[in-house]
Amino acid sequence: MNLHEYQAKQIFAQYGLPVSQGIACDTADEAVAATKKIGGDTWVIKVQVHAGGRGKAGGVKLVKTEAEIREFCATHIGTNLVTFQTDEKGQPVSKIYVEDCTDIDRELYLGAVIDRSSQRVVFMASTEGGVEIETVAEETPDKILKATVDPALGAQGYQGRDLAFKLGLEGKQINQFAKVFTTLAKMFIETDLALLEINPLVVTKAGDIHCLDAKVSIDGNALYRQKDISTMRDPSQEDERESQAAEFGLNYVALEGDIGCMVNGAGLAMGTMDLVKLHGGQPANFLDVGGGATKETVSEAFKIILSDTNVKAVLINIFGGIVRCDIIADGIIGAVKEVGVKVPVVVRFEGNNAAVGVKTLAESDVDIIAATSLTDAVQQAVKAAGVKA
Amino acid sequence: MSILIDSNTKVICQGFTGAQGTMHSEQSIAYGTKMVGGITPGKGGQTHLGLPVFNTVKDAVDETAANATVIYVPAQFAKDGILEAAEAGIELIVCITEGLPTLDMLAVKASLDARGIRLIGPNCPGVITPGECKIGIMPGDIHLPGKVGVVSRSGTLTYEAVKQTTDLGYGQSSCVGIGGDPIPGSSFIDILGLFEADPATEAIVMVGEIGGNAEEEAAEFIKSNVTKPVVGYIAGVTAPPGKRMGHAGAIIAGGKGTAEDKFAALHAAGVSTTKSLAEIGNTLKELTGW
Repeated sequence: MNLHEYQAKQIFAQYGLPVSQGIACDTADEAVAATKKIGGDTWVIKVQVHAGGRGKAGGVKLVKTEAEIREFCATHIGTNLVTFQTDEKGQPVSKIYVEDCTDIDRELYLGAVIDRSSQRVVFMASTEGGVEIETVAEETPDKILKATVDPALGAQGYQGRDLAFKLGLEGKQINQFAKVFTTLAKMFIETDLALLEINPLVVTKAGDIHCLDAKVSIDGNALYRQKDISTMRDPSQEDERESQAAEFGLNYVALEGDIGCMVNGAGLAMGTMDLVKLHGGQPANFLDVGGGATKETVSEAFKIILSDTNVKAVLINIFGGIVRCDIIADGIIGAVKEVGVKVPVVVRFEGNNAAVGVKTLAESDVDIIAATSLTDAVQQAVKAAGVKA
Repeated sequence: MSILIDSNTKVICQGFTGAQGTMHSEQSIAYGTKMVGGITPGKGGQTHLGLPVFNTVKDAVDETAANATVIYVPAQFAKDGILEAAEAGIELIVCITEGLPTLDMLAVKASLDARGIRLIGPNCPGVITPGECKIGIMPGDIHLPGKVGVVSRSGTLTYEAVKQTTDLGYGQSSCVGIGGDPIPGSSFIDILGLFEADPATEAIVMVGEIGGNAEEEAAEFIKSNVTKPVVGYIAGVTAPPGKRMGHAGAIIAGGKGTAEDKFAALHAAGVSTTKSLAEIGNTLKELTGW
């Protein structure tokens, strides 16, 4: 689960990390009031969306007057911001964040991920702050410094000091950086982060280390023990159909094609999409009904697939392990009766109670194409989508 | 011969009296697995499915000499369950549970590695040696005792590969689902090494998917350590970058972990790859000349 910058900075502040004074606002009036509360004569205002590249897309501005603030709010609040990280629709802007202005001397990068190869939390630091870290990693990998956190011992001060010296920091900055590093490592573990990025981490004109941006992503599997953070979820930043699917324990990802896919198991769902492509079709979605699929979830899955108006055929591929094919069949029949289906539906059942499932479908008055094999199913679906086009 | 488990493996179940534990233990027992008991804290002394229930894994090991455990407890208790099994001296821990926090697995993995204990999963279908022992949720009847070793990150994709090798009459020596999480207890490399050393395994089917670089690491390993024929399949050619495809570990992040890269790595290591999951069996047939 991703957080907005202002939410991430709230957590940073709770950990005593150096962040700017800021206020999240819903309206221009609130933004103007926020500048008065913060004080000073120059502020940074930033749109709050779950995407990087806000600056280049015009979503971050240095402002000095009320008129500038009102113009920025009028331009952005209630619209969508398109950045190089979003799709062509962009992400909706409902909040803007007003911060006091920081005088920057140097821009650095500091981030952390769970590294799958070493199976450790790994911090990355670089002198190349403010730019895409992937680009730095690609073009000048020697400019990325790394520190690995021991899962039993946690991050140590010497690791932070080592990074600080290598980043060319000096004087009081060394200990300031080491403190930021060990605090972030503690926060990473305690708040179940999956990803952490401060880009840029800056040295101010006054010579202090300061977290100018903050991006965090929380491990969705750990939300049960992160009660406060889970209330920060912003559904407006998530795909509507994906959120709807998640409520029913379904994994759904929208794609560009016209063949709707309903499959059990994430791997098989991907494999089925690939097979559709291999046989000349285009999958409309990834959908895993999961191992615990019931009549209700199958019915719901069907509705989500059909809510995509691009779908010209539906391919159902079930290899019954835990899930019984006859239960899936009941779900399909129920959904077809409830919502009505105007596109061809191809079904392939294999495994647990497959024969009963096929029989159930055949005996129902629902019009369904039963496939004899996986390849046959995919070919029939591709053909059916083509015929209707 | 086989890997990890056989007809002598004595299996206990953690989360034994719960719905999942009950259903799958019944099926394992029906398959012929030597189940010797289960654990549900507070229900020690009771009998369930005709087997003794224990309060702790230690009690179960002391009483039954169990050497393998299967875990069905909810995700928030899975770390606890795995570590309890490790402490009790269990040699093989199979964790079916899906949804463990990744940081829990970091801690678990570090602890188990230090003690040399094998964990399969989490978020996996389990392990089966056909005709001998079934630990997990896979449908037993699609398997056939035989000569192909199957290792996979996905449950239902494993079943597809298994069914195809069964339909061709080859059967399987053992099948291992290593699970779809970013930090699995055992990697492809761990299992490939076991298959290479197992005389009953004559060929290997490896089923990977997008995300991480476990397949690339496996390819490197195969190049210098595996002499048996290997067929490789990777799911997720059509997966969009940056989107998690069901499994916690199945995500293309920062342009890394694509199916194309993995296919290329396997191909370069001399693995016979197929782009169609329906052709895994036929690819194996061509490769081996069986």
